[in-house]
Amino acid sequence: MERLLRVDRRILFAFVAAAVTIPLLIKFDLPVIATKEVKGIYNKIESLPEGSHVLIAFDYDPASKEELQPMAIALLHHCFKNNIKVIGMTLNPGGTGLADSAITEVGNEYGRKYKEDYVFLGYKTGVELVMINMGENIYSAFPKDFKGNATTDMPALKDVQSLQDFDFVVDLASGSSIEAWIAFGKEKYNFDLGAGCTAVIGPDMYPFLQSKQIEGLMSGLKGAAEYETLIERKSSAVAGMSPQSVVHVLVVLFVIFGNFLYFMTGRKK
Amino acid sequence: MNFFKRTIPLIIAFIMGIMMAFQYYVPHEASQSLLKVVTRWGITIAGFAVFIGAYSLFHLHWNKIKRKVPGWGYSNFVFFGAGITVIFGLYNGGEFFLHDKQEGTMFDWMYFNVQVPAGATMFSILAFFMASAAYRTFRARTSEATILLVAAVIVMLGRVPVGALIWEFLPPIADWIMSVPNMAAKRGILIGVSIGAIATSLRIIFGIERAYLGGGD
Amino acid sequence: MDKKTDVSILTWILVAFCIVNIFFLVTGKLGFDAKGLGIITAVALTLAMYSFLYKDNPVFKIAENLFVGVAMGYWIIITWFNILKPDVYEQLIVPFFKDTGNAPQYIVIIPTILGIFMLLRFSDKLSWLSRWSFAFVVGLGAGITIPNFIHAFILKQLTFDSLIAGSLPDSINNFLILLGVVSVLIYFFFSLEHKGVIGGVSRIGVWFLMIAFGASFGFTVMARMSLLIGRIQFLIRDWLGIIQ
Repeated sequence: MERLLRVDRRILFAFVAAAVTIPLLIKFDLPVIATKEVKGIYNKIESLPEGSHVLIAFDYDPASKEELQPMAIALLHHCFKNNIKVIGMTLNPGGTGLADSAITEVGNEYGRKYKEDYVFLGYKTGVELVMINMGENIYSAFPKDFKGNATTDMPALKDVQSLQDFDFVVDLASGSSIEAWIAFGKEKYNFDLGAGCTAVIGPDMYPFLQSKQIEGLMSGLKGAAEYETLIERKSSAVAGMSPQSVVHVLVVLFVIFGNFLYFMTGRKK
Repeated sequence: MNFFKRTIPLIIAFIMGIMMAFQYYVPHEASQSLLKVVTRWGITIAGFAVFIGAYSLFHLHWNKIKRKVPGWGYSNFVFFGAGITVIFGLYNGGEFFLHDKQEGTMFDWMYFNVQVPAGATMFSILAFFMASAAYRTFRARTSEATILLVAAVIVMLGRVPVGALIWEFLPPIADWIMSVPNMAAKRGILIGVSIGAIATSLRIIFGIERAYLGGGD
Repeated sequence: MDKKTDVSILTWILVAFCIVNIFFLVTGKLGFDAKGLGIITAVALTLAMYSFLYKDNPVFKIAENLFVGVAMGYWIIITWFNILKPDVYEQLIVPFFKDTGNAPQYIVIIPTILGIFMLLRFSDKLSWLSRWSFAFVVGLGAGITIPNFIHAFILKQLTFDSLIAGSLPDSINNFLILLGVVSVLIYFFFSLEHKGVIGGVSRIGVWFLMIAFGASFGFTVMARMSLLIGRIQFLIRDWLGIIQ
């Protein structure tokens, strides 16, 4: 039993790799039921009339791409399908390429035109300083977009002067930007805010959900899968739920079995 | 000289802090203009900070190469990677860096085929180590540890689709854990941390906290 | 395992990787273009990173250092195109040399000078000038933090639902939330000794914290596994083409 406790960790790694790979290869579907947190964001976007303006802050970098990019793409599909104007920006320099490619690819799928139906403003540093500057005047914060076009007189930004003019703002975050958006954005300039985040910081967002400082929350790959189910466009996030389930069961078995062996060897001594 | 090196920075921090704290309560147009200008300046100044990060990184690796510490050869790849990326970025698909950023250049290729996969993979390695730690080190030795592990197991199973197949009440219990005890504890932590942040801000404004000035005089 | 075995394993993996990719290029599964070669590069780096799971090795170290360098280079260029070029160069310098229809924004000189002062941190003689820039930014941050945090994170978070709610479960939940917040705050108040009533309440706070940390651990496992799932999906879908 003690040998089992001291098993080479590479064997455990092999179990994890198998638990992730095999379900992807044999492909079995598990039902994904949307929770009320995710429905909060979905219902809000669904309620927006055509031509509304939604700001999506792609505040993540490649390290969180596997959780947040599916979320971003699902959100963009929903917005473009409903003829909503999408304005993208990021506070994370590593996220510019991912944000630009997501917004452009999904926009092109629906035949949307850059500058008219969507625009990617690019990156600015300073977190709360950017939020406050956008809250005062969005053209002061972003005089040019990511491609170098002047933002004033851009059709996609018509009737938008500041954050207060957005019908909905969604922050997709891998760090602490959601709290900053709440403190320096939503509470100061009074707009509706939704949040998508990595599962690591998901539990930290529940106080804001309860106090209604965020309309809804998508947490991790599961959140992305729930959103894909709601918009009826199952993609990589839903496909990821079967390996996610299997590997979670594996980790739980590891915890239980490890403790069982520990207590058994302890009793023997 | 101490006046310029120590006193003036403390005066700047005090004036900026007091001004911006009171600005919040002044709805006048001049106050809003001040806020806009000052935050604009802050964004521009913060833009220069990238060069501090770059210098620190390159200085660290340059010293490794100069002193030939064990593993110094790998530091060459830092310079190689940064150099080639900056060259492609400045070349900007032939338009050079004084024109607008072009799309589909070698700079973008480096991002999508080097930075994105490497960055995504780096943190996914932790998945293996978490599973290994779950087996080898997570022990319910005390009552607190047991509560922690039980909550973790319920949440891990309740938040994935298979949880409902194992036991129909697992997802609702996991949801309850998240929205009641977890929410309450996180709220307590949030309030505590916020009070700490406010206290630290006050200490900075009144010159009690001076770590941001760096060492020396 | 000895060094010879490790080198042998690494060599065989490299050979297998090359054979697979040559096969894909020859059969047209991967194009001999920027996209195809990009996928091969991405897979090589992914596998190089994962080689760390077997043992720390030179291939992993090369990939790691290359990534750090590329990320830094990317950050520098993106900062130029998104911040320094539109906010400093085009507003202050370009109007001197080209008729842009706008006058030079001389006010931009102030943050530019403060930004340059920040860089003087690394100079032995002039590093004290960087303190002015840091004082400006830190003072600004401290000033805006105080009222916004009080409003968003303290006042808004101290609103509790009524203990007498529509149903018994809701009332119990509201009571538990109130108990949890108060007990956790009391636990973190170390100026009073945790004895007697205070000790009892802070003990309850510890239980709430343990449940919260357990939930956080569960979500962290979920997050890391999601990252791994994404990478495996990339390998078997975009490279090997086994799944769609």
